[in-house]
Amino acid sequence: MDAFIHQVLSGLATGGIYASLALALVMIYQVTHLVNFAQGEMAMFSTYAAWSLINAGMGYWPAFLLTVLLAFALGVVIERVVIRPVENAPVLAIVVIFIALLVILNSATGWIYSYTIKTFPSPFPKEPLFGNTYVSSHELGAIGVTLVVLALIYVFFRFTPLGLAMRAVAQNPESSRLVGIRVGWMLALGWGLAAAVGAVAGMMIAPIVYLDPNMMGGILLYAFAAALLGGIDSPGGAVVGGFAVGVLENVLGAYVIGNDLKLSVALGLIIGVLLVRPSGFFGKVHVTRV
Amino acid sequence: MALLEVKGLRASYGPTRVLHGIDFAIDEGSITAVLGANGAGKTTTLRALCGMVKTEGDVRFGGARIDGRLTEDIVRLGIAHVPDGRGTFVNLTTEENLRLGAYTRKDRAAVESDLERVFTYFPRLKERLRQQAGTLSGGEQQMLAVSRALMLRPKLLLLDEPSFGLAPLLVRELFEIMRTVNRRERVSILLVEQNAAMALALANRAYLIETGRVVLSGAAAEIKRDDAVRRSYLGY
Amino acid sequence: MTRRASIGVAVLIAIACVLPFVVSNYRTFQLTLVLVYAIALLGLNILTGYNGQISLGHGAFYAIGAYSAAVLMDRLGAPYWATIPAAGAVCLVAGFLFGLPALRLEGLYLALATFALGVSMPQLLKYHHLEKWTGGVQGIVIAKPEPPAFLREAGLQMNPDQWLYFFALAVAAMMFVLGWNLLRGRVGRALIAIRDQHIAAEAMGINNALYKSLAFGVSAMYTGVAGALGAIAVQYVAPDSFTIFLSLVFLVGIVVGGLASISGALYGALFIQFVPNVADEISKAAPWAIFGLFLIGFVYLMPSGVAGAVRMLLVRLMRKGAK
Repeated sequence: MDAFIHQVLSGLATGGIYASLALALVMIYQVTHLVNFAQGEMAMFSTYAAWSLINAGMGYWPAFLLTVLLAFALGVVIERVVIRPVENAPVLAIVVIFIALLVILNSATGWIYSYTIKTFPSPFPKEPLFGNTYVSSHELGAIGVTLVVLALIYVFFRFTPLGLAMRAVAQNPESSRLVGIRVGWMLALGWGLAAAVGAVAGMMIAPIVYLDPNMMGGILLYAFAAALLGGIDSPGGAVVGGFAVGVLENVLGAYVIGNDLKLSVALGLIIGVLLVRPSGFFGKVHVTRV
Repeated sequence: MALLEVKGLRASYGPTRVLHGIDFAIDEGSITAVLGANGAGKTTTLRALCGMVKTEGDVRFGGARIDGRLTEDIVRLGIAHVPDGRGTFVNLTTEENLRLGAYTRKDRAAVESDLERVFTYFPRLKERLRQQAGTLSGGEQQMLAVSRALMLRPKLLLLDEPSFGLAPLLVRELFEIMRTVNRRERVSILLVEQNAAMALALANRAYLIETGRVVLSGAAAEIKRDDAVRRSYLGY
Repeated sequence: MTRRASIGVAVLIAIACVLPFVVSNYRTFQLTLVLVYAIALLGLNILTGYNGQISLGHGAFYAIGAYSAAVLMDRLGAPYWATIPAAGAVCLVAGFLFGLPALRLEGLYLALATFALGVSMPQLLKYHHLEKWTGGVQGIVIAKPEPPAFLREAGLQMNPDQWLYFFALAVAAMMFVLGWNLLRGRVGRALIAIRDQHIAAEAMGINNALYKSLAFGVSAMYTGVAGALGAIAVQYVAPDSFTIFLSLVFLVGIVVGGLASISGALYGALFIQFVPNVADEISKAAPWAIFGLFLIGFVYLMPSGVAGAVRMLLVRLMRKGAK
């Protein structure tokens, strides 16, 4: 029973990270109808930036905040410079551009930082809270940070004019233009926010999986699964999906299929959802117009 | 100087040319009707003015050229467009729809008073503030669409088939409000309508479009009186 | 094929036959891999270039072909040449089976599903319950094939590397001829019709579902054959050789070489084999940085790839010649 509780709580911690990354994916999908294959690499790259800042002597939380801002800027720049020109291009061109982004970020990181694995600090104490055996302080902290980020995003979308404008653009870009919303900049903003959220996810997972240019590959897959499970156009769904996938991964890995095949869980989920219920649990069913 | 001057407006959907050179002008403070049969190009004209389709020609608003500019930039100059289909944000609430109308405005207090004024025109909307806009009836959504446009405090209001799908009583109510808005707030109106009779009753000037060209123009009162024109072009 | 093109191909084959005798063994090995990649790229091109179904997971089929060959040779003692058709058959079925559910997925979603396949492949290959067959993390080492006895008797002296090259050349030639026949006829036109105007294609009587699944199967077959050949050439299969980056390098190959082009497979193969060789000198990260930049560059500047550029050049030269 103890072990089970540990698996569940651990699963919630990693689930929070999947939830954040899935939310980032959904935010971009909602406004652009594109799946950002490079989301993981963007998060990884930002985490390395944080590592540099911390290594240069900056305190953890100042480095954390600065990284979030830098990641936001990166997202905006990528959208305006790399994605904007191919917004209306055929699907293959768009996919190729995303893949190019993925490999460039990956190799740039390898070039600048080398491929040796590095440790990334955690701002949370090493001793578990109250000496419990279920969950480490970092895992607990990661859940907390994730929830704070998710809450901030929620507040932004629900209660600020800019958030309202972004929701409008996601639903109806044409009508958004008719009220004067600069749709192009809303897309850039969406990318910036997604990149920022991804950076937080990266910084939360790095202490657990260690810093390495290829660290986000599997995690991105779980995030895709979570986003699809919850509904690729439903932010709430992505969050629920993320936590669900985290717990599922751990429980199935520990008790059913063994830790070796955990990624196959993601693969199975992705294909399963795409075939059985492509709009996910909370998404809207789309009718394709011929 | 006219508020809106259009010379040689051509518009295409992809390779298909729909407007073949439209000329007209709108004076400040006036109500202008654009009439014509289905498919004549009326809606396209409005969309072309807002940069929503590929356009060529010379379009000037307040003396400045707006052809070729982005829709959102044209809107920010003071042109509000109520599209056919209403363009409601169906998953947002009534209030959110209205506030989006005022998105580009910086004068907070004036926005609140405009909101109140919209409620005096359409009290039904105040009751439905927190409701999802998609659940409103057709008539209410039309009121919402017009109100959202008014929240921009536009100089020019473009209305695309406002009577569509509305009961005659509602249409009359709506047109009365349009007349009030035009008189009280000096909002110029460009109205595309299939219901020629109601449109001519409201408008000062009218243009008749047929297959992408202006075939008739003149004072609304005269066109209304001219039996021959009415029978051959307007069908009544 | 036009007379000029036939002469061109003949010249190409002649050069190809002479090469292994004038360059080093290592270079011959590299050229063998070029042939292997060309087959794989032709496979991916059939699916993505001609038929418009985006696959970011073709490395998985390459892996299945490679492991089929390794298991057959090392665990079951099969001769190396038999593994090629066997790998092809296995992947034809695997591809067709994957293609069936893939019918429901379009564009980005198919890319996503195949991406997931590509990412999870190494872990699947490391699965410890299959270790007896797959060799787990260590993989399987394969014996290098020797040139057949009849060559020695005929007086032709050839070392194993050169033999392997000619074997690969023969397989590649067969696959290319097969592909060329498939693609320039009715099948090719159907695939392209489905890619460009799938509703019209269905209306014209083309069975979209059948063609699309078959395209997947045939495409996987090609890549599986390439995988088997590659495994024999490298003499080694291990899970970490078949990461998502293998699938992505195939994508680079067809984008640079030229989508919906047979010659593009060859240009692409040369590119993905030799660029890392040169770039590795600069840094371990350089090859992929270059690949990424080339991907972006080609999408914007040369969407029809090297093959398209060569075609345009030839047209211009022939026009000048005609004058």
